[in-house]
Amino acid sequence: MTLPAVAATQLTGAGSTFDYPFFSKAFYIYSQQNPDVTVNYQSIGSGGGIQQFTAKTIDFGATDVPMNASELARAGQPVLQLPVTLGGAAIAYNLPGVTKPLRLTRQAVVDIYLGKITKWNDPAIAKSNPGVSLPDMPIVVVHRSDGSGTTYIFTDFLSHVSPEWKSKVGTGKSVSWPAPSAVGAKGNEGVAGQVRSTPGAIGYVELAYVIENHIPAATLQNRAGRWVPVSPETVAAAAAGRPDVNASNFSIVDEPGANAWPISGYSWVVVYKKPSDANRAKLLYNVLTWLVGPQGQSNAKSVDYVPLPGNVQATALSTLKQMQH
Amino acid sequence: MDNLEPRFRRVARFVSPVDRGFAAIVYAGSILFALLIIGLFVELVLGSWPSIAAFKFSFIWKSEWDPVSNKFGALPMIYGTVVSSFIAIALASFVGIMAAVYLSDFAPRWLANPLSFLIELLAAVPSVVYGLWGLFVLAPFVRTGLGPVLQHVLGWTPLFAGPIYGVGLLTGGIILSLMIVPTVTAISRDILVAIPRDLREASMAVGTTKWEMAMRVVLPAARVGIFGACVLALGRALGETIAVTMVIGNRPQISASLFAPSYTLASVIANEFTEATTSLYISALIELGLILFFVSMIVNGVARLMIWSVRGSDRTA
Repeated sequence: MTLPAVAATQLTGAGSTFDYPFFSKAFYIYSQQNPDVTVNYQSIGSGGGIQQFTAKTIDFGATDVPMNASELARAGQPVLQLPVTLGGAAIAYNLPGVTKPLRLTRQAVVDIYLGKITKWNDPAIAKSNPGVSLPDMPIVVVHRSDGSGTTYIFTDFLSHVSPEWKSKVGTGKSVSWPAPSAVGAKGNEGVAGQVRSTPGAIGYVELAYVIENHIPAATLQNRAGRWVPVSPETVAAAAAGRPDVNASNFSIVDEPGANAWPISGYSWVVVYKKPSDANRAKLLYNVLTWLVGPQGQSNAKSVDYVPLPGNVQATALSTLKQMQH
Repeated sequence: MDNLEPRFRRVARFVSPVDRGFAAIVYAGSILFALLIIGLFVELVLGSWPSIAAFKFSFIWKSEWDPVSNKFGALPMIYGTVVSSFIAIALASFVGIMAAVYLSDFAPRWLANPLSFLIELLAAVPSVVYGLWGLFVLAPFVRTGLGPVLQHVLGWTPLFAGPIYGVGLLTGGIILSLMIVPTVTAISRDILVAIPRDLREASMAVGTTKWEMAMRVVLPAARVGIFGACVLALGRALGETIAVTMVIGNRPQISASLFAPSYTLASVIANEFTEATTSLYISALIELGLILFFVSMIVNGVARLMIWSVRGSDRTA
């Protein structure tokens, strides 16, 4: 491995833990191709990323939920927000004896998480799975105990599907889960581990985890009425149906596309429109343009992330062009 | 120095410049430490002020934790912290003191030293490793082995009723007890070994068995120190974060059953602080830290009082 030149400029970014595997691979490849720049990314959480970005201690921030009006006001200067990572949440389950992929309607998922459906052989679930003998086991509902963008995407999906969920619980990175048999686990790995070791458990996990650990994941019926499995293709289909995504209109859950996975979402990078240091601004612009372009996004596949579809890449690039470099 | 008059005694202590300098450094160190604690307390209060102003005392007796609608109440977390620590100290003090008695009085010398070393090595295992072991080994064991047995035998009490998830208050308590056993054992053993041999020999000379000597003579003589060891261990259990958060189920609820998932003050802070974005949310989390600070202070204070009262009655005896 060649070491970067001593005079290499180090750009700093911090924020979302969701982005970390993808960023760490992509920035490493970028530094190899451009030895005069290194990027140091610290995954301290979206909240921390926004805080440090506002305090101007880092060059760019990464957050699962774009900065809202009050956070933008606190930043003081105009901020650009662009989507850089695309991901989806899979519904993992542990049903001993069930070998075919389980089918769940969106309403069934909501009712399980509301605590209305408490057993696996409930008629609502059996109806979608003809010919499958579901065990008479109680459903153990697993969720994230730490604040997370994956929870945000999942609760956003539940709020879209069910007005009852929207009024009773709402959307957030951390919510108050109403199901009486709910258990919280820390991190995607915690939820995956809990689901895998508890028969009768169901939980939402980042797509990459499901792929890498071969956890059984449910097939959902999307808004178009079609049964879609979770995969990079179905998540990309959800994203491709909304090329006009921006920081005030960023939700891509429950999209109407035929092949769209209903629980998808972006992660965002925030930069100042006019960074204080002109040299760093130029380098930052180059890194970010590379990251959202085809070259940067091609690294996503190798870490089981979903590359941004072409039209969304174009949107991100056009937002980035407003940056003064 | 005792034969000097009182006013000379005070002066005689700081005769040389070296003495005075040393005294100054020592005083400065202790005052600095006290200032640090006060500073920590002040920072906690300042940070949690928005939450204190918004919720006042309802924060302590309310039972909800809803970041979406910004409604916070800490009671389930206080319950979880206290109960899991209580389970931990009950298990750990029993096992630890018995182990210490064995190591000090019953074990052959060739066994005592390696065994003490092994037990102290348990203290060196990182918290997160305990958590992983708990999640992948202990939780399934509680779910499939220990839990059903306890429920079969004691299921008529509300403590052991209800569904068994594997993760929960009991598993959290067991993990904590494993983590604090080395503290209890190591300190208790040191104290027991320090009890003068004459006491043991006198006891044997009047005809007690070795067991009676250990239980009726040596342990009572060491009880103040052993109690202090247990309090130290309890202090560690109250603040333990990562291992507990991986096996306690992370659900802010109060339930009579020990099998139910629960939540501790330290776990909430560790789980939610990085993603807390609204200022009320952050200050609610800091207020949880303040409550944990108070709980630890109260526990330590009560223990201190008990030690003083025991020591006081010892002197008058």
